[in-house]
Amino acid sequence: MRLTAKILKKPITSALIAIVCGFLVAAVVLAAAGYNPWQAFGALFSGMFARPKYISNVLIKAAPIILTGLSVAFAYKTSLFNIGAEGQYIVSAIVVTLLGIRLNLPAPLLIPVLLAAGMLAGGVWGGLVGLLKAKYGIHEVITSIMLNWIAFYLSNYIVNLPAFHQPDSTGTYPIRESGYIMLLPNWKRSPQGMAALSRIPWLREVMMRTDVNFGILIAVFMAVLVGFVLYRTAKGFELRAVGFNRDAAQFAGIDVGRSLLESMLISGALSGLAGCVAIMGAAPHNISTLAAFENNGFNGLSVAFIAGGSPVGCIFAGLLFGGFLYGGQTVQADVGAPSEIINIMMGTIVFFMALSKLISTLADRLAKGSALHAE
Amino acid sequence: MQISDKYAVQMRGIVKTFGSLRALDHVDLDVRKGTIHALLGENGAGKSTLMNILYGLYQADGGEIYRNGKRVRIKGPNDAIRLGIGMVHQHFMLVENFTVTENVILGREVTNSLGVLDMKRAREDVRRIVEKYGFQVDLDAKIEDISVGMQQRVEILKALYRGVDVLILDEPTAVLTPQETNDLIGIMRNLAAGGKTIILITHKLKEIKQSSDACTIIRRGKLIDTVNPQTVDEETLAAKMVGHPVRLVVEKTPAQPKDAVFEIDRLSVRDKRGLPAVKDLSLKIHRGEIFGIAGVDGNGQNELVEAITCLARAESGTIKINGEEIQNTTPQNVIRHKISTIPSDRQRHGLVLDFSCEQNTILEKYRSGPFSRRGVLQNGKIAAYAEKLIREYDVRPSTCALQPARSLSGGNQQKLIIAREISNEPDLLIAVQPTRGLDVGAIEYVHKMLVHERDAGKAVLLISLELDEVLSVSDTIAVLYGGSILGTFRQDQADEKTIGLLMAGGKQHAVNG
Repeated sequence: MRLTAKILKKPITSALIAIVCGFLVAAVVLAAAGYNPWQAFGALFSGMFARPKYISNVLIKAAPIILTGLSVAFAYKTSLFNIGAEGQYIVSAIVVTLLGIRLNLPAPLLIPVLLAAGMLAGGVWGGLVGLLKAKYGIHEVITSIMLNWIAFYLSNYIVNLPAFHQPDSTGTYPIRESGYIMLLPNWKRSPQGMAALSRIPWLREVMMRTDVNFGILIAVFMAVLVGFVLYRTAKGFELRAVGFNRDAAQFAGIDVGRSLLESMLISGALSGLAGCVAIMGAAPHNISTLAAFENNGFNGLSVAFIAGGSPVGCIFAGLLFGGFLYGGQTVQADVGAPSEIINIMMGTIVFFMALSKLISTLADRLAKGSALHAE
Repeated sequence: MQISDKYAVQMRGIVKTFGSLRALDHVDLDVRKGTIHALLGENGAGKSTLMNILYGLYQADGGEIYRNGKRVRIKGPNDAIRLGIGMVHQHFMLVENFTVTENVILGREVTNSLGVLDMKRAREDVRRIVEKYGFQVDLDAKIEDISVGMQQRVEILKALYRGVDVLILDEPTAVLTPQETNDLIGIMRNLAAGGKTIILITHKLKEIKQSSDACTIIRRGKLIDTVNPQTVDEETLAAKMVGHPVRLVVEKTPAQPKDAVFEIDRLSVRDKRGLPAVKDLSLKIHRGEIFGIAGVDGNGQNELVEAITCLARAESGTIKINGEEIQNTTPQNVIRHKISTIPSDRQRHGLVLDFSCEQNTILEKYRSGPFSRRGVLQNGKIAAYAEKLIREYDVRPSTCALQPARSLSGGNQQKLIIAREISNEPDLLIAVQPTRGLDVGAIEYVHKMLVHERDAGKAVLLISLELDEVLSVSDTIAVLYGGSILGTFRQDQADEKTIGLLMAGGKQHAVNG
């Protein structure tokens, strides 16, 4: 019984319970709408895992949302709610696209320049929020939401500038190929590459049929790096102290305003990196007119939440989310159930994560109950 | 003792465990009807836990509760109130922009036959209680406009309005001025005379002697004794509470002040609303001297400390440590100039409660060696340092290094702060209300540390609302009133009466310099 209670109190347990609840609720909704839940879930998982290229696409889809998840999780450690990840992602995508079209540089130069520019753009967009909070005490949620919309319309304005707009499309020109971060793009299309790949069918499928790229490696690396910065460096110590108790941090000589600014800068840069990975890593390598937010940033909120704010947890939560987003298309195609069922599942999971306090309370009850039995 | 209906409340063999901690270990309690019964114990001794069980907030793991001689089960506060047991917590639960009457009747509204609120009748009911027990409360004032002492009376009224016979007061005087404390004791007496039973949770010996008919002492979850406080002296009570003899008088040799190290010259500071709070204040503190500032709360103490620590702007004047001006710089600069502060609100300003004790020990020093190198924290060094402080300053439990500071008792939280600040080896140590909310043992410890720092040749600035504390610990005593120092005395020349008058803004009759 004690062991059960202990297991129940682990954060990962509440995440797993929340995920199970997500499936249960989705099953009920599906059944009520006249679909077979088993069939739908079967389609979901086969859409994620049935073929190597599906798995590859899940990873491609997951990379940006792992990064925006990290962005939100990082800010949260400083007790800032970065609902502006979406806007930071968008401005980064704009800057990367513009520079990627205009700068005629070889790959070893262009890739670092674009990554730096995207992170800088996101960082400025986030830093602005931090600055307004530090200087004038304006709540970050208000400014973030406004900056999201500014980024949104800025993006649509730039997409339609004649200099960048690709005729007869809804988007800009793609960025130069030297800005792509796909895995060995030239080799895989060369005769030797083709020959080598033809011997390993699964690898061939992954390499040739998907935009397999460095995004997921970048995301995993950043998750580890963010974890290290937060928990092992003096800067992370400072930011977390500010997050837990602003007054005590100030009293101890920490410059709270600067910490808020730095935290939002870093958080924004992480969302910016997500924008880089999305544009540089996968087709169509451009930005197009937005009818609504694409939710790469907002999904980061859910990812950070499911991960319980843990940077490494964001990897798994992001993969889960990416998988659902990608596999959800199969649900629609195979079973006919609308892919919105995925949103219901994600919503339910987030909802039950919010209830995870309840689970640990129940665990306490359980532990107490067993203690009574023991006496 | 027999279970009998002479007792309003009897508890038998109460056991309560939190995790691996046994908070209460077979505790008995017998409270006679119509008496004031004090529950005395150090912070974390289990007295609040015992009362939370009686009020149904916690469920005991074992034991029985009897009300008027009958066995009862209390599963929640609603059960407790139904049995006539009410509790007033340290933190009030009042609706700020409701009137006193509205707050009192909230949840028990009086309505007429149509279900419409009958405020007139409600007000009449409340007024009757107020008059019966001699409360002084304006029934139509809003909560946000009345003093903390008044708000507490509203909480008591709420309980009485619900027909409570047994009233539990949790550390009721912690937030009160001496005058309000006397008023409260008066009200408690009236209530007891009117047949109500009062259980008073406290660690203040003076109040127990002034108010209570019986006193039960709890130490580390165990029942120690129940005594008649009128026949037992304070030293004995204190010894029973902490488990060893305690000195209630501060022991120290005469001060041997050396050169002045800290100087404030004509300092003026405005408060958050922009009103003058510190006016033209000057003072000088020497090495080897404890400089105490006495005064009633709200006379500029907070603003003075905030100006010294650079959390607030000094409008004019200078603050000098070792001859260097530090006013209007940054808190970090103040710490660098060897000023350390034990803040009055240890949970808000002193500690990051969600950080481990270990992390809290380096809160001011994490940036530099040996605790971080090239920006990376050196966990081994930090752990060794924290271990050393915890051992030297006897922070308990001794295994707390990796536990959150939140898990420590108030006294041990304070020890942790003192350890951190003193180990900065400051030239000036500022202690603001350093013993607030602490029990006798911890108070003795804090005072000893202040004297120890003085004897090590440091300057100490003690700011406290407890006149007794300022008088007994300080070598030089200044009285702060309306943002100015009205008089400065040497300890041997300070008498309580003169200083008390100055604290109330009275003219200084005998100028002792």
